[in-house]
Amino acid sequence: MTSAEPLDDPVPPLAEASGITKRFGSTVALADARLTVDPGESHALVGRNGAGKSTLVNVLTGIFPPDTGEVRFDGEPAPSPGDRDGWRSKVACVYQKSTIIPELTVAENLFVNRQPGRRGVISWRRMRREAAELLETWDVQVDPAVPARELNVQDRQFVEIARALSFGARFIILDEPTAQLDSAEIERLFTRMRSLQKSGVTFLFISHHLQEVYEVCQTVTVFRDARWITTRPVADLPQAALVEAMTGEAADLGRSTGRREPVTTQVRLEVKGLSDGAYEDVDLDVRRGEVVGLAGSSASGKIELAETLVGLRRPRSGTATMDGAPLPFGDVRRAMSAGIGFVPRDRHRQGLVAGLPVGENATMTVADKLGPYGMVRPRRLRAVAAKAIADLDIKTQGPDQPVNGLSGGNQQKVVMARALAIDPKLLILINPSAGVDVKSKEALLGIVDEIRAQGTSVIVVSDELDDLRPCDRVLVFLHGRITAEHSAGWNDHDLVASIEGVS
Amino acid sequence: MTEAMAKPRAAAGDRAGSGAMLRRLREFTLVPALIALVVLGAVVNDSFLTERNIISILGASAALALVVLAESLILITGKIDLSLESTVGIAPGLGALLVIPAASAGFGTKWPAWLGILAIFVVGGAIGAFNGFLSVKLRLNAFIVSLAMLIVLRGLLTGATEGKTLFDMPSSFFSIATTTFLKLPMSVWLAVACFAAAGFVLRYHRLGRSLYAIGGNPEAARAAGIRVERVTWAVYTIAGVLAAAAGLCLTGYVGAINANQGQNMIFTVMAAAVIGGISMNGGKGTMTGAITGVLLLGVVDNLLTLAQVASFWKQAIYGAIILFALVVSRVTSGQAQE
Repeated sequence: MTSAEPLDDPVPPLAEASGITKRFGSTVALADARLTVDPGESHALVGRNGAGKSTLVNVLTGIFPPDTGEVRFDGEPAPSPGDRDGWRSKVACVYQKSTIIPELTVAENLFVNRQPGRRGVISWRRMRREAAELLETWDVQVDPAVPARELNVQDRQFVEIARALSFGARFIILDEPTAQLDSAEIERLFTRMRSLQKSGVTFLFISHHLQEVYEVCQTVTVFRDARWITTRPVADLPQAALVEAMTGEAADLGRSTGRREPVTTQVRLEVKGLSDGAYEDVDLDVRRGEVVGLAGSSASGKIELAETLVGLRRPRSGTATMDGAPLPFGDVRRAMSAGIGFVPRDRHRQGLVAGLPVGENATMTVADKLGPYGMVRPRRLRAVAAKAIADLDIKTQGPDQPVNGLSGGNQQKVVMARALAIDPKLLILINPSAGVDVKSKEALLGIVDEIRAQGTSVIVVSDELDDLRPCDRVLVFLHGRITAEHSAGWNDHDLVASIEGVS
Repeated sequence: MTEAMAKPRAAAGDRAGSGAMLRRLREFTLVPALIALVVLGAVVNDSFLTERNIISILGASAALALVVLAESLILITGKIDLSLESTVGIAPGLGALLVIPAASAGFGTKWPAWLGILAIFVVGGAIGAFNGFLSVKLRLNAFIVSLAMLIVLRGLLTGATEGKTLFDMPSSFFSIATTTFLKLPMSVWLAVACFAAAGFVLRYHRLGRSLYAIGGNPEAARAAGIRVERVTWAVYTIAGVLAAAAGLCLTGYVGAINANQGQNMIFTVMAAAVIGGISMNGGKGTMTGAITGVLLLGVVDNLLTLAQVASFWKQAIYGAIILFALVVSRVTSGQAQE
């Protein structure tokens, strides 16, 4: 780490990329991209999916050599592409997908392939001791002897950061670190980032959640369509201007848009005394055309309740009815026949079959309706899929493109199409905008307003405030029980306070 | 919005069309290799391209084809069943034991022949259902549990026959391989019909499509309302029935049931399936690919016989050719075999 130099000799930027161009075949991933990160700051990198953030990260960490342009660290040219240790001593990235090996202990993970020992024989004692010292140095409170699978997401991140620092890197890239954390954990992460920042660590912080950028970063760089757009102090760029820079147009988020007068149509879903351990004794009514939000931290039981309603889980006790008829539990097929469509919590795990085409994925829920006797007529399938692609504005080459070739936002739209295909009477959206760019998020939430007008009821399950804005009312879960209800027009502070259980 | 949407959609349609075309072509990547082998065979041996020899290749491949079909269905669903080769032996074996007299090592139950043949399929289905139970309901690892079943079933057949070869079956036990239609044995027609039916269902029926979804991502399939357990179980059962049918074809082809009927067959089955582009990781593969895999190995086997390769060396050469075919199909398809 360079120490502070006198003012007349300005400190070279810790990391600097300039004139970076990177193509993959005919796709331009980066065009004349640049980034300057000064030592000691937390620098946000924002942009919609496909803006070129991931490619830039791969260039900055030496995984892809750029076609043109150069990367410099502390004013010096970056190590040569093959020099992994050289790169590791300059920069490290904590990816959204953990690179921790679950079956090895924390200590082994810290010293993978560089285990301390003598003449190739590993000294386990020394490894455990050095691991403990390393964790101590960076104040990570984890037992080095436990298998890494026993750590939660947050501790794994901290272990990864400690490992990166132990290679000598003082520039850490965090790729959507908050995506899988609940709000208390996010707060802890930010506290940790601030204290590391004080000990001289520089962060490049990537997130879809703009309020986090304001909370923890000093500078922000915006990318759009593979190009650098702007780099500014966070304080000079209000949220509306930031969204505008990301999307190229003014956005309208941040208002509760649900109906304020109570919805008085017929009750569609009636839940009585439902319990399954993750949630207890839940009563809930959703009327026709009503949009109800379920908020709460990640362990509050809100997702488990939603998964029960869609048939993925079986409750221990209690009942639910749809339009007066009892709702069968534990069977997705029957829940769908009862009129419940849903977007599952994790599109990669439950939402999509990666190797199958867009059309196949989008019509998976209605495969029995694409021809007589369960036949699937390719022309019919393609027509249904093409309509969904048009209706949801999915950016794809067409129904035959494999779905894993799509960007995150468009993949999520395919999952939405799959849910809407059954023409649901009740649509349940679990984390509908997780890992999705601003524009796609708007489009996905826009669907809620569209279908409610046709009398479809919607339940939005999320702790993302923007997801909850279209709701007529928001129910807050805390430790498995509904503890608060907010009508449309709620203000962010009150809602967050009741999610945190401090109201 | 509608106007803006219309254009890109039309363009997307064209590109998607050519993409689908390309994918369709991929199914036939083995065809050039097959043609090359046939040409090679015709050049090196005069008797290769004769009608008699071609019928012989097809007749000899029918049983293998049915087991490859069974295994392919299971592999596409994301599972594996090694015990199919033992089903090939034990299903017709039990059927025969129920029919033949005690003097010929039978059980002495002396069932009528038609009931014995029906029993073959019931036994195959029951074994498949049991394998499904172990892997779907008890959630045991499909590979290791079917390996155990392979040994158990083989042992049961050896025990029940006391290691003897069964001869004394009524002629109806052999008629599937001895009766011909348009010069081809019925076993070949059976294999063709089963492949055609499976190919159609896999492509044009929701149940067939659901195999790809389950093999690709069972969680996502379940969340889309597909009854993953039920479908997987059914696939195991159908595979058992197909393996039993293969056993009957083999019995007719050989003219007897040996205690080791079907032994070591699973390696060839796996090779044919993987050469034919069926993914070991599930979710990928077509019947066109599987059948070309079978024909390729059938032709190779026949060529080695015609070339009168010393029988001690045949196995090594056969294995080397399978290895070579795997490498070639990896290169031509451009996709990693998983």
